[in-house]
Amino acid sequence: MSAPSEPADTPTAARSGAGVIHDIGYRGYQGPRLGRAYATRSLFVQGLRGAFGLGRSGRSKVLPMLILAAMVVPAAVLVAVTVLMKRTDQPIDYPQYLATFGLFSEIFLAAQAPVLLSRDLRNATVPLYFSRPITRGDYVRAKAAAMVAAMLIVTVLPLLVLYVGALLAGLDFGHNTTHLGYGLLAALLYSVVLSAVGLLIAASTPRRGFGVAAIMGFLVVSGGVAGVVEAVQSGPPTAASSADWAFLISPSDLVERFVNHVCGLVQSSSSSFGDTPGTLGAVVFGLEMVVIVAGAYALLLRRYRKI
Amino acid sequence: MLQSPVQGTVARLTVRGLLGRRRGILLAVAPALLLLMSAVAASSNGDMHELTVTILARLGLGTLVPLLGLVVGTGVIATEIDDGSIVYLLAKPLPRWRIVTTKLTVAVLTIWLFSAVPTLLGGLLMYGTKDGLAVALTLGTMVAGAAYAALFLLLGVVSRNAVVIGLAYALIWESLIGNFVEGARTLSVQQWGLAVAKAVASDGTLTAEVALGTAVPLLLVATAGAIVLASVKLAGLTLSSDD
Repeated sequence: MSAPSEPADTPTAARSGAGVIHDIGYRGYQGPRLGRAYATRSLFVQGLRGAFGLGRSGRSKVLPMLILAAMVVPAAVLVAVTVLMKRTDQPIDYPQYLATFGLFSEIFLAAQAPVLLSRDLRNATVPLYFSRPITRGDYVRAKAAAMVAAMLIVTVLPLLVLYVGALLAGLDFGHNTTHLGYGLLAALLYSVVLSAVGLLIAASTPRRGFGVAAIMGFLVVSGGVAGVVEAVQSGPPTAASSADWAFLISPSDLVERFVNHVCGLVQSSSSSFGDTPGTLGAVVFGLEMVVIVAGAYALLLRRYRKI
Repeated sequence: MLQSPVQGTVARLTVRGLLGRRRGILLAVAPALLLLMSAVAASSNGDMHELTVTILARLGLGTLVPLLGLVVGTGVIATEIDDGSIVYLLAKPLPRWRIVTTKLTVAVLTIWLFSAVPTLLGGLLMYGTKDGLAVALTLGTMVAGAAYAALFLLLGVVSRNAVVIGLAYALIWESLIGNFVEGARTLSVQQWGLAVAKAVASDGTLTAEVALGTAVPLLLVATAGAIVLASVKLAGLTLSSDD
């Protein structure tokens, strides 16, 4: 670091014959210390921007922006259909929109959770963070908040497009506002539950590619297995209630069915909305979500206790 | 002079990179799941034919094989490109195409071990040797697995986002778009595998969207094309340090 000043110093020291310490004007930092909270907030903002590739190279912006577009564009198309066909209701309900296009938000999570966590592990920058005032808890809190916020942007934005479109098309204000509320609840639960699972997997591997495949693999395979278990359990498709317990395995089905039940979407519509197995089922589904989130967070904290 | 397409040392190192440490155990989750589901289904009293097709064709061939192909296909080469250790391999006096064929052979054999073997066992467990269904689905899995391995290996050489692009292909193109747009199914490795399986099984036991006459040439072109392209790309590989 001090290499440039050395050649000038050496002859001086040689001439005087003894070691001399020169005052070359170093000064301590006198300005305000912004503290732990500020550092945590910066880490959050930087993580949120990084999730969309902002502040990074153009090539890393392509993927998150494409996924964001894939989430929002169908909503815009649906709005256009509603307006042009002069329909009196939305072709798809708000929570159902997230269930249908949830695959994109899952891919977003799988692609970006390793960007937030695995790269720090890979490049060994985690010890650098922890050499600053922020604690392990702050680090995990900032990263988790950034991931949840990014997922919220991806899931809430298409809902807002649908809502504004519905109001512009002159649809019923009260009905749309209530169902937007249901949609927002679904968006929040998807974001929190899926992020918890994704971050936990991402934190366990320094390899980005492996993290992406593991997160997506878990989400997709758990959904597939739940479907097969349900098919095995339920003989005739009418008596499906007890077979619905199978969806405890799959985080995204868990959220979808919980929201459908709690918001009463199952009764109000004759279409094939997935349900929880009764009220007890809804309680169990809700409890499992709490356990997943709290457990994943605790494991994340434990993961960073020693690096 | 004719060289064997597989180079022993490179193959050994690739196997170690792929299955060493705990990674082999993680990969073994897929076959374990398939066998477990098969065992559960075999003990239930549902329609065995439908269950076999659901588990082995939809869950196995439709979901687990692409995911396995993705992890293994990119795992044999993309991870090395990612951490830069590929330069030590490229610096050796080996033709680049031999590196590609060696790594592809390892990938294909691994996928067969982790997907075709449990498919055969699960099929025999659930449906016995009736209609040749178990053997047919195993063959379909092998063919599709090899094609996935070649395609995802190529992706790993071409792009740093190989895993995400591969996921987008396997999930969005083959599943989501394939459900709505019929034409998309023609360009789906999964359907090519099903076409092969259908040709082997007794009439009427399996359905495939693509005719065998279309599927086999497409399979060959895709696999061979991926090998050639990957060799060419690897010959002029540039390492960039961007994320």
